[in-house]
Amino acid sequence: MTTATLASYSLTVIYSAMGVYLFAFIAFTLDLAKRSSEIPVAAVVSEARVGKMSRAGGTATLERAPVVVPVGRKSSRFERVAFALTILGWVLHVFGTVLRGVAAGRVPWANMFEFSLTASAIIVGVFVVVQLWQNLMFLGAYITGFSLIILGFGTVGFYVNVVPLPPALQSYWLVIHVFVATLGTAFFAIGAGLSLVQLIQTRREANRFSGLKFLDTMPDAGSLETLAYRVIVIGFIFWTFTLMAGAIWAEHAWGRYWGWDTKEVWTFIIWTLFAGYLHARATRGWRGSRSAYLAIVGFGAVMFNFTIVNLFFKGLHTYSGL
Amino acid sequence: MSRPSDHIESPAPSKKDDGVAQPKLTVVGYLRFFWRQLTSMRTAMFLLLLLAIAAVPGSLFPQRSSDPNGVTLYFTNNPSTAPVLDKLQLFDVYTSAWFSAIYLLLFISLIGCVIPRTIYHARALMSAPPKTPARLERLGAFSAFEIEAGETDAAGVPLTAAAAVETGRAVLRKGGYRVKLFDGRGPSGSEFSVSAERGYLRETGNLVFHIALIGILISVGIGGGVGYTGQKVLVVGQAFANVRLTFDSFTPGRFFSDSELQPYRLVLNKFTTKYEQTNLNAYGQPIDYKANVTTYDAAGKPTKAVIKVNDPLNIGGNEIYLLGNGYAPSITVRNPAGKIVYSEPVPFLPQNANLLSLGIVKVPDGLSSQLGMRAFFYPTAAVNAAGDLASTYPDLRNPMLSLVVYKGDLGINAGVPKSVYALDTDKMTELAGPGAASGKMALRLKPGETAQIPGGLGSITFDNKAPASDKTDVAKSVSRFASLDVHRDPAKGWVLFFALCVLGGLLTSLFIPRRRIWIKAVELADGRLRLEYAGLARGEDPALDAAVTAIARRHSQQLGLRLMS
Repeated sequence: MTTATLASYSLTVIYSAMGVYLFAFIAFTLDLAKRSSEIPVAAVVSEARVGKMSRAGGTATLERAPVVVPVGRKSSRFERVAFALTILGWVLHVFGTVLRGVAAGRVPWANMFEFSLTASAIIVGVFVVVQLWQNLMFLGAYITGFSLIILGFGTVGFYVNVVPLPPALQSYWLVIHVFVATLGTAFFAIGAGLSLVQLIQTRREANRFSGLKFLDTMPDAGSLETLAYRVIVIGFIFWTFTLMAGAIWAEHAWGRYWGWDTKEVWTFIIWTLFAGYLHARATRGWRGSRSAYLAIVGFGAVMFNFTIVNLFFKGLHTYSGL
Repeated sequence: MSRPSDHIESPAPSKKDDGVAQPKLTVVGYLRFFWRQLTSMRTAMFLLLLLAIAAVPGSLFPQRSSDPNGVTLYFTNNPSTAPVLDKLQLFDVYTSAWFSAIYLLLFISLIGCVIPRTIYHARALMSAPPKTPARLERLGAFSAFEIEAGETDAAGVPLTAAAAVETGRAVLRKGGYRVKLFDGRGPSGSEFSVSAERGYLRETGNLVFHIALIGILISVGIGGGVGYTGQKVLVVGQAFANVRLTFDSFTPGRFFSDSELQPYRLVLNKFTTKYEQTNLNAYGQPIDYKANVTTYDAAGKPTKAVIKVNDPLNIGGNEIYLLGNGYAPSITVRNPAGKIVYSEPVPFLPQNANLLSLGIVKVPDGLSSQLGMRAFFYPTAAVNAAGDLASTYPDLRNPMLSLVVYKGDLGINAGVPKSVYALDTDKMTELAGPGAASGKMALRLKPGETAQIPGGLGSITFDNKAPASDKTDVAKSVSRFASLDVHRDPAKGWVLFFALCVLGGLLTSLFIPRRRIWIKAVELADGRLRLEYAGLARGEDPALDAAVTAIARRHSQQLGLRLMS
């Protein structure tokens, strides 16, 4: 099959994935709406009881740690449908992205269109995998909606035909540097989503207003802050690695590891913002909402770096292909 | 980071107007006060965010360090605002006084935190775990179990509190904990306990992370001070020696001395390019640049090497990078008598993807008047719809040179250095070109062709560089040049080392849990034994409960008992 045919198949598969995501998004939104009518079940907090130790038989059951998400809430049908659709859409999405890579004969992240495909695939992928660790289904509408927007811009605004790599990009660092940057972006995206819900939850807890009842089915502001922190810490490590790998590559390709190129500047700004975020939790006056704002601003900077800096700023990282 | 990262500062004391007499501060007192302020977490936080904001303008305005042409252009386009912005150092943001002030303050603040914390940590590393708290049930992770009187351990010996704790100590030690035994009397009977702590590496990692950041800053500073960068444009066949004067431009660090330049010589033998020809979406896009060179060390021993874009050459403590390339048409100028007065390959600057290139030729001597030429080179010339020449492909398929010729004063007699890429035509008359009074159009030459200079000044030849055996091969008719960057940064390895320390420190400080665990055995009045397990984490530790539970389970197994909740 020729490159052009494969590339067009890839695009068709991506469009299908977008269709499936759209339905997943609708189902997640309906689930949020339905959550409002649910009677919240109080979180089960294990009481301190004195157990027994003996030689006699019996089963070794130990008390489990209290769970963050209110237990007792059964996932709604909408939620299950939405998650199933998300997984289906994601499989298509990954398939389409891989097809694009096969068509180009290299990794599918060498220009903005391809980067949109890969980045959104990784964001959804991380969202799906994170469910194994913690139930974050309430972010489903945010994640699928966000990925739809990225894919929409990618396919409509950034589409370019398959072209070979210019000499500057012909390096194995392209595989490492860009992929890890995408992973970091995915974790920052989820962290920003959690921080956003945290802000709404904080305001709701402070004002005791009864609207937005579906928030009762979500963790409280404190737990959301902890969750966001854990997610962003992982993102921060990936971002640190991206920055370093980028410096090593720049040293190979351009003869200097750091030159304050516009993209380097913004990578540095993002790193500094999230370094601030990590310290915020230990600083008086910065816990809670302020650190949440910082996480959102940080993710805003990541998006700015990906869109505005790529398209409108002059620099050495002009690989948008547009 | 003046406090442990997991430390939460207590809320600010409420301000009361009860006229509290504040102590009068001496000079030392004030210094101490400002030092405290500078090294406080809130100041560090503020400086960190300020640094992020201060870095933004560097991406909005062209910077002299990365885009000097952009700065010149900005001055031309905004003659009124540019000098003001320049005063504010907005074209040199990252070396500006205000940017430097922020990061230097931040690093001083950092040093002010790292030192006391390192001392504190060193003490903690040498000291034993702290005394067991009296009331373990107050801790977050806690569980307790009771054992009936007369229960025996695995070996059949009646279980005592002291023995149970001794077993607990072994379990904890095996788990990598540092342990210390305590005994005493509690409210409900004799108590024996073991206090354990692990994860000192978390704080070590944290300190390594912050110290390595300082290391990076120092290495970058030293590297910039003793290193240098130089640029050299080499036409195929030309050579350059690693001597300061042979570079086209040379930027030494502040502490650079010429003795650092190791003697070697480099000849550019061949420069090959490859352009996409099958994929019509990328027709003419460069796929590969390759420079074949021969290097000669001080003893004159030759070594062949290849330099590519992502593959620099390492020689004599230098890295040589291939950063640009283009065409260098050879131009020969003869006087009316046929004597050669100028004959050189002239590197032309590429203007677009199809390598339409612009070059300047200056002939100061040998003719009746000084001669200047502004020339465009088209590797694959074609006439576009408007009737103008354009290049349609970057490789040599129909090479063509178009020259606008001037005579008069080149403005170089005063000895003031002028850019070789600019021609000042203020004091010159156009002989051939769109502005020539005679109406003579720009001269168009193909390789090997010669044209007479209007006004009988002499002739210009566009030399054909193809080998004598194959003069018709246009692909070889014009030489190429490679633009090489020569760098030396002796501190580069250190920067990498500290960067790896940053990453390692980050990983350990975020993922190694620092916890204290206590096992307490209390002999109750009725002969029963009560075992308490409790844990306390410093910083984020989502797995603390699980860790306490696991210790309790392992302990009970060692005692030969089973847990029943």
